[in-house]
Amino acid sequence: MSLTSTMTDSGQIVTVNVERIDAAMAIQFKEDMRSETESGASRVILDLSEVKFIDSSGLGAIVAAMKQLGSSRKLDLAGLSPMVDKVFRLTRMDTVFDLYASLNDATAVNNT
Amino acid sequence: MDLKAHSAQIENSMVNSFAYSFQATELDARGGVGTVVERLRRMGLPAARVDDVQIALSEAVNNVVEHAYADTTPGDVDIGCNLDTEQLWISIRDAGLPLPNEALATRKPADLTGPREDLPEGGFGWFLIRELTSAVTYERDNGTNRLSLCFEVGNSCV
Repeated sequence: MSLTSTMTDSGQIVTVNVERIDAAMAIQFKEDMRSETESGASRVILDLSEVKFIDSSGLGAIVAAMKQLGSSRKLDLAGLSPMVDKVFRLTRMDTVFDLYASLNDATAVNNT
Repeated sequence: MDLKAHSAQIENSMVNSFAYSFQATELDARGGVGTVVERLRRMGLPAARVDDVQIALSEAVNNVVEHAYADTTPGDVDIGCNLDTEQLWISIRDAGLPLPNEALATRKPADLTGPREDLPEGGFGWFLIRELTSAVTYERDNGTNRLSLCFEVGNSCV
C-alpha cells in the first residue's frame, strides 16, 4: 500500500508513502486512492511531502483520483516539492487543484 | 599546445559526452533515466536544469516504453548525452514503431476548462517536453527512431 490516511477536523489526510508517482506506479496509486477514499470526508488533502518526482502518468493518476471522488468532494494537494510543483504549474494543473506548500498550510484552511 | 594540456583537453571532451542503454520496461526506464540524470549532475549540470532534464527525459523514455515498443517485446533504449558550456543535447534512440506520421506533432496544452469529469488524464507528456526544452528534433531512419532534446545550459556549467 502506497498510502496511509487519517481523519482530521480539516478533512481526510491521505499521505503518499512513496518517492515517485510515475508510469510504473500510476495504476497502483489510482487503485490505492480509490480504496482509501471510498467513503469519507468531503475534503481530501493529499500529502505529497514524501514525493520527489512525478511524471505525466502520475499527474494523470491524481486527476483520476480527483474524478473518482465525484463532484461533491474536493481533493487538495499539499507539500509539493519544487519538482512536483513545477510539473503542476507547467501543465496548468495549478488552475484545477488548490496547492499548499505544506500540510500545515492546507489544514489551516478549513473546508474551502 | 603542450602534451599535458592536450591530453587534459581530450579527457575533458570525453567526460562531456557519454552513452547509456537500457531495456524499454517501466522499471528499467526508471533506473536508466535516474542513472543518466545522476551522471549529468556529477558533470556539473546546474540543479534547476537537472530537474528539467529528469522530467523531459522521463516523458520521452516513457513514450518509447508505452508506444514505440507497445506491441513487441521491449527492445533497447539508447541514450546519448553531449554537454558543452552552452547546451546539453540528449538523443533517445529506439528500434520500435515510428511516431504517428513519422513526425513530431505540435502539442497544445491540455484543455482544462471543461467540467471535472471531462478533465484529461493524459496527453501532458509531449507538452512538458516542449516546455522544458529549447529544441526538439526527430528522425526516422532504417527502422530507428531518434529523438533529440536540447536544453540551454548557459555558462554556469562545465
